[in-house]
Amino acid sequence: MRDVAVIGIGIQRWGELWERSLRDLFVEAALNAIRDAGVERLDSMYVGCMSPGLFIGQEHLGSLLADYLGVCPIPALRVESACASGGMAVRAGFIEVASGLSDIVLVGGVEKMTDVSGGGATYALATAADAEYEVYQGATFPGLYAMVARDYMRRYGLTREQLAQVAVKNHDNGALNPHAQFPSKLSLEAVMTSTMVADPLRLLDCSPITDGAAAAILCPLSMAKELSKQPPVRIAGVGAGTDHIALHDRKDFCEFKATVAACERAYKMAGVGPEQIDFAEVHDCFTIAELCVIEALGFFPRGTAGQATWAGETARTGKKPINTSGGLKSKGHPVGATGVGQIHELVTQLRGAAGARQVPGVKRGLAQNMGGSGGSTVVHILEVV
Amino acid sequence: MVGIAGYGAYIPRNRIKLETIAEVWGADAEAYRRGLVMYEKSVPSPDQDVITMTVEASRDALKRAGIEGREIGAVYVGSESHPYAVKPSGTVVAEAIGATPAVHVADFEFACKAGTEAMFVAMSHVKAGEMRFALASGADTSQGAPGDALEYSASAGSAAFVMGTENVVAECLHTYSFCTDTPDFWRREYQFYPSHGGRFTGEPSYFKHVIGCAQGLMELAGMKPADFAHCVFHQPNGKFPMTAAKKLGFSVEQHRTGLLTPWLGNTYSGASPIGLTAILDIAKPGDLIFMVSYGSGAGSDGFVWRCTDRLPAVQALCRQTRPQLEENKVYLSYGQYAKYREKIKRAH
Amino acid sequence: MAFVPSYWRETPQRYRYEAVRCEECAKVFFPPRRSCGPWCGCKLEPCTVAQEGRVLTHTVIHIGPDQFSDETPYVLAICEMDDGARLTAQVVDCPPDKVDAGLRVRIEFRRIQKDGESGILMYGYKVVPA
Repeated sequence: MRDVAVIGIGIQRWGELWERSLRDLFVEAALNAIRDAGVERLDSMYVGCMSPGLFIGQEHLGSLLADYLGVCPIPALRVESACASGGMAVRAGFIEVASGLSDIVLVGGVEKMTDVSGGGATYALATAADAEYEVYQGATFPGLYAMVARDYMRRYGLTREQLAQVAVKNHDNGALNPHAQFPSKLSLEAVMTSTMVADPLRLLDCSPITDGAAAAILCPLSMAKELSKQPPVRIAGVGAGTDHIALHDRKDFCEFKATVAACERAYKMAGVGPEQIDFAEVHDCFTIAELCVIEALGFFPRGTAGQATWAGETARTGKKPINTSGGLKSKGHPVGATGVGQIHELVTQLRGAAGARQVPGVKRGLAQNMGGSGGSTVVHILEVV
Repeated sequence: MVGIAGYGAYIPRNRIKLETIAEVWGADAEAYRRGLVMYEKSVPSPDQDVITMTVEASRDALKRAGIEGREIGAVYVGSESHPYAVKPSGTVVAEAIGATPAVHVADFEFACKAGTEAMFVAMSHVKAGEMRFALASGADTSQGAPGDALEYSASAGSAAFVMGTENVVAECLHTYSFCTDTPDFWRREYQFYPSHGGRFTGEPSYFKHVIGCAQGLMELAGMKPADFAHCVFHQPNGKFPMTAAKKLGFSVEQHRTGLLTPWLGNTYSGASPIGLTAILDIAKPGDLIFMVSYGSGAGSDGFVWRCTDRLPAVQALCRQTRPQLEENKVYLSYGQYAKYREKIKRAH
Repeated sequence: MAFVPSYWRETPQRYRYEAVRCEECAKVFFPPRRSCGPWCGCKLEPCTVAQEGRVLTHTVIHIGPDQFSDETPYVLAICEMDDGARLTAQVVDCPPDKVDAGLRVRIEFRRIQKDGESGILMYGYKVVPA
């Protein structure tokens, strides 16, 4: 397997983008990545997108987006793993470069969520859960994560304030991110008094509905200097994993086994452990998710992530900064794009180009992107060369 | 010997008080309470209907009969508020109790008499030797038009009976039916609420048929009121059955156990059947029970039951009727009731 | 939106709680599966999910999907039945503040959804306090 590098990244401001179509969002991010890298061709592309069929009545994105990007006849494929679609697209591109099959691969992600009503978006997102045995019974994503939160609170004494602090912290970071959907600070009180969605999760514990895209250019590390002026960032480790799709089939609701499986493989490939990760972008679809994930990644012992967050250990200035981009909560969560957006943040930080939200001296970052209630997860470890 | 081998009843938890309804329409609650002898009624939750209640009642009936669903040869569901206009309730019940596919299924309809006619037919099949066991039920979630007198009584509940020649707990000694074409209460297709003939629903309708059936039954059986431990009549309100019982010569004591409407409301096809289950819950071996139903349109089915030695052993096997009537009640406001009963116009 | 054939296909589970049990380890699979895994030699025998069990965790859903919008707020719980089978179900006929981990519950037959005003009615299981 060849070493793989990221030599270009592209994104746009995420939000409710009424005037922008899916194809337009993707092409903009892709062009930004191509120009950032300075490459003059593409060999292949992968696009992560959870459900263009349900959101905009469009499948066959490989053809559509290769067409609109103007790169036919290269091979192009849409990758799906619910909310982990973007990360899985990156992994697919990594494999194609690492294997030697292609040299320059575009990996991107996009989701256009606002063409349907709120009910329509909820329905589309719910297809990430067990349609017959969870969704049919009345389950929603906030509902499933609320059941995790309740279990965590009962077993570990997590308080409502500690949980809310995840959102406060992520907004502190997102306020400094020019691409964030909600670039504003949030008070603890605002989170704790926002509308109840699924007890105990309130509106501001939940990531939003967002339109957006992100893209990156991968190439063999050995060719990076020749292909691009950008300092290459090496993909040191990749791992993915699965878990029971239905939350009720898991032995321990607070243990995200797909994340454990994915990061074990990524750490092994990278030859590092959790202590050597300087910062991470994790999948905070709901505040409770961030807490369970950072434990699954080995950053904090089980049951302590809430206290660690409250104590500021995961703040931008803490000992393990989590979600310096603002996370899904503040940056937004255009489902298929999120995983690639996480790579965008890692590369930006590792290049030292994160401006006001830069964490000084970072050398190695981790991105964890998760589907549904944790049924699938993909982890990437990136490091400076 | 042919009769009831197992029985069950299901009453939803929600209630609304008569005065809660009266207040909204500016009606004299006390006058209605006295006039109708009605205090409160059951209200089905949005996730309950004739099918769901009948599945639960049927499962209890099977348990008391001591048989499995696959031993049932016929499933008959009688109601005037079947969930579908076209598609049987009976097939869902049959599937849920495991009686499919070798089973005869039919839905019955005859205003409030649909339950007892299902019982009549189920018993006939068993008596004729067509099958060992047959299931019959009467259930309703009928609507009362807002502000109409029927709004104080239209309620929800289900009773189910396994008829058989084995494991009998209440033998059927006699049946008698009395029917004429009498348009006292009806609902045309596409109408959400039924219509009725006001005072015409009394003497020429309810009383003519209930009394006519009762007298015919007693003559056929060669019996008189004093022979019976219990009686149960169709009970659209508290007043009508009390009047009929008195007219026929039954005492308050005989009538008391099976009269549930003042607290349950009128469960239409479930009315006298659920009353019968309340009696069976406490009856003793040898007790004779006199039962006459009534369905508008109009007709009455009459039955004479005699309790067997097997009855005491099954009474406490499953949930009983009085506890369901009296315990764990949730009182609704008129707004909640209107929402649950889909009386509020929605934008669709 | 109801897919009629896929609703009908699940009725043995939704109406009669049909499952399978592994003869070796006594694990109950609900809904039934063909196998524990491709290389597991277990024999899976038909069984029925136990009718009683307890709540493991729950939530109260205030903002629900369109087809449940008339029922909010409603309680959703993960229950472990007495034979070890796990299921997700609404808890009904119980005040939301009385639901907590450990509550004993029993399965009851209810209408789960309806497909608008002209589509099919869909039935299945909810739980009530036992």
